[in-house]
Amino acid sequence: MTAITHHAPDALLAAYAAGSLPHPYALVVATHISLCLECRAEYEAHLAGGGAVLETVGAEAVSDGLKTSVLNLLDAPCAPQPTYPRTGVYPGPVMEALKGKPPRWKSLGLGVRQSILSSGREGSTRLLYIPPGQAVPDHSHNGLELTLVLQGSFSDSTGRFGVGDLEVADQDLEHTPTADPGAPCICLAATDAPLRFNSLVPRILQPFFRI
Amino acid sequence: MWMLAVRDGRDRAAFAALFDHFAPRLKGFFMRSGTASAQAEEIVQEVMLTVWHKAGQFDPARAQVSAWIYQIARNRQIDVFRKERRPMPEELLSDAHDAEPDATQILAVEQEASQLKQALARLKPDQRAIIEKAYLGELSHQEISTETGLPLGTIKSRIRLGLEKLRHDLKELR
Repeated sequence: MTAITHHAPDALLAAYAAGSLPHPYALVVATHISLCLECRAEYEAHLAGGGAVLETVGAEAVSDGLKTSVLNLLDAPCAPQPTYPRTGVYPGPVMEALKGKPPRWKSLGLGVRQSILSSGREGSTRLLYIPPGQAVPDHSHNGLELTLVLQGSFSDSTGRFGVGDLEVADQDLEHTPTADPGAPCICLAATDAPLRFNSLVPRILQPFFRI
Repeated sequence: MWMLAVRDGRDRAAFAALFDHFAPRLKGFFMRSGTASAQAEEIVQEVMLTVWHKAGQFDPARAQVSAWIYQIARNRQIDVFRKERRPMPEELLSDAHDAEPDATQILAVEQEASQLKQALARLKPDQRAIIEKAYLGELSHQEISTETGLPLGTIKSRIRLGLEKLRHDLKELR
């Protein structure tokens, strides 16, 4: 495991632990925690905080029959939920978003590829594949953008990001992430709004690519 | 330890004791977020059944019972009210707990849980209300970022403990 230098901010981990993050961000944070022990420990600390609130927030008496009905259901068969183990560079939460299948890459030109994992009212998540030395088209975004490196590394004006590193970019950051030489860079990215590209051609293509 | 008796012995009496402790708290927790009594009880039922079925994933060296059940409770609420499954982190490989339990670590986790409860009880009412709202899932990420009352000192000590345990486990894996 390489050293992770860019961590999830504590507020993001708290919001994730409390279940208040929109789904796209929750996927990125769950994947980061899968790779980062430090953030896992902080996340578990927040679960302890939640547990303390659960213990102290105040009890409400339950109906007389509830306990009996739960005890009677213990032997009822329960359908096991499918689990998605890590495959290659894709941690479990990404494999779940992929429903256990390999990514379906679509070309964005210049060797850059993407695979949309989800797209909806709450925002979108996608995998990006960037050849070494190649830049992601210059873009800004309406809200928060989270980018997590799964393979290789990229650099932009804010620093260098390797496997497990999480970049948190707010709407003021106009950045041009460029894959470092070596292996192609694969990232998991989430936004709460469509991306805005700053040059004309990607902007025209944007509705077709859903980015 | 009721939870371990449930996990290792499938002990129904221990599960009934867990139910007596947690079901009213879970119901209170759900009603605080505005859920009506009958629906709150439906969710309590599902949470307690999940506790029974997923008991094998409980690791007392990593989490207190209340923290573990809190996570299940929030997942169930998200499932019911947002109709989605919250993405969850991968379990650590070291989660296999057939090795002899680390009694010191389990005790430390329990002590920190009770310290955390006491710290919460000592807070001023308005600070406590913010923490409760945050962990009830009523604050957005932006609101949590701007609230300064969240990082409790006691939570920080728990962070260190959790981290040491994780490092220890990883060393053993290598």
